[in-house]
Amino acid sequence: MEKFLVDLIGDNLITILIICVIPLLFLLPYALVAILAELKISAWIQDRLGPMRTGPWGILQPIAEVVKLLQKEDITPANASKLLFNIAPYVIFTGSYAAFAVIPFSSSFVPSNINIGIFYLLAVSAFAVVGILMGGWASNNKYSLYGAIRSVAQIISYEIPGAIALLAIVTFAGTMNLQLINQMQSGWFWNWFIFGGPGSAYKLFIIPFMIPLALTYFIATLAETNRTPFDIPEAESELVSGYHTEYSGMKFAMFFFAEYSNMFIVAAILTTLFLGGWNSPFNNFMQGPWWGAFWFITKSFFVVLLQIWIRWTVPRLRVDQLMYLSWKVLLPISIVCFFALGLYRMLV
Amino acid sequence: MKKYFYNIWLGLYTTLVGMKITFSHIFQKKVTIQYPDERYPIPDNARNRLYVNIDDCIGCNQCSNACPVNCITIETVKSLPTEDLGTTSTGQKKRLWVTKFDIDFAKCCFCGLCTFPCPTECIKMTTFFEYSEYNRNNLLYSFVNLTPEEIQAKKDQLAAYEKEAAEKKAAAKPAVDGETNKNS
Repeated sequence: MEKFLVDLIGDNLITILIICVIPLLFLLPYALVAILAELKISAWIQDRLGPMRTGPWGILQPIAEVVKLLQKEDITPANASKLLFNIAPYVIFTGSYAAFAVIPFSSSFVPSNINIGIFYLLAVSAFAVVGILMGGWASNNKYSLYGAIRSVAQIISYEIPGAIALLAIVTFAGTMNLQLINQMQSGWFWNWFIFGGPGSAYKLFIIPFMIPLALTYFIATLAETNRTPFDIPEAESELVSGYHTEYSGMKFAMFFFAEYSNMFIVAAILTTLFLGGWNSPFNNFMQGPWWGAFWFITKSFFVVLLQIWIRWTVPRLRVDQLMYLSWKVLLPISIVCFFALGLYRMLV
Repeated sequence: MKKYFYNIWLGLYTTLVGMKITFSHIFQKKVTIQYPDERYPIPDNARNRLYVNIDDCIGCNQCSNACPVNCITIETVKSLPTEDLGTTSTGQKKRLWVTKFDIDFAKCCFCGLCTFPCPTECIKMTTFFEYSEYNRNNLLYSFVNLTPEEIQAKKDQLAAYEKEAAEKKAAAKPAVDGETNKNS
């Protein structure tokens, strides 16, 4: 894709800009669909109908909400730290959008095919922490500050099992390049890393380690995106709405947008590392660059739906339970899986 | 140690059970009633907006007296003895022109006390409740079916009749006095 664009218009600023904008063109409609899915699934789970009056079956509701948010007054609290308060939502969004640079959408489109993809992802996902702390602290509001502190504590704790899960995959695959990791998983769906990756019958030994590893990563990313059952930073019943309590209008929309884009990113990483990325589950059936994008987005969206489903099922964890889960459950499991995968790579 | 693994297993298992329950709820019949399109049935004896069948009203003012918040205002004009106002559907003879029958629904407390004393059962509570307004004055409902001109005509008619009657009385009185004086 980059090569095609470079051939078409040359290796210049315009090409780079186009490549930068393509994920955004995907992200905007995706966010609308995800918001609608969240509204509708939450409603259906609670035996309600959800929004029904904007458009047929309420499908235009997210557009109405975006228009509403854009019309709203943009309030900056008098005692807030103006500069930090105003740039925080954009910092968060930049952090989540930067991760799109290495997301392999299809076999022929990855914005930047760098060899340290996973490392880069870990680095930029930590960027959101800065934005959250910035927004919460600059708001000069006790609830926002509490939300930000909790969020930072949570993200930093959960990044460790998440990172070890990624590290295990890096040792297993022998590369940090997400595109190469995808290529390794081509073929039938049992070649996906969650089912042990390609290889001989010996891979049956590592399936019991791969599935907990995928689960560990999934749970850790749920916490990193501040979603229920790990939504104590946004706990409505105790903290109003956490670090973005004081935001309104466009800036609030930015936070919202960043949250949904983060959801997609963690889903995309999970898809890339464990669920075969852009590979078709059925070997060469429906395989190709465009089908690749289709499979990638379908799988990622399935993971996003899973996140939404869990959100409306499980109640919120207490702070001590949250730390217990991170440090005493997920971390040991991920380390054990990491060593198991390393051993397998060494022996087989 | 056993407890530790059991806890992990329990955490996963109970989450899955919960997810199964929520999944089954996705396909269950929804309880939402989409209000303006479909409504929950209201019982027939619900007390909502009042309705006055002015043809049956005899202007007795009992509903207005019963009202605890004074939201009903009734004014009447006597009819002439020669006029026949007809009877109500319950067979009572009407004797008064009802020239004003206003109910202020901004004040009404929907207690239904006005409906009990009505001798002709012409004031009733209905099940209709969607009549909110932007202006409070629009909640002042008038149930009179006479036009202002007609009301004025009735008033003039009565005034003329009463004047006539008073004149007659005045004319008759001295004569009576004279007779009594003569007799005594």
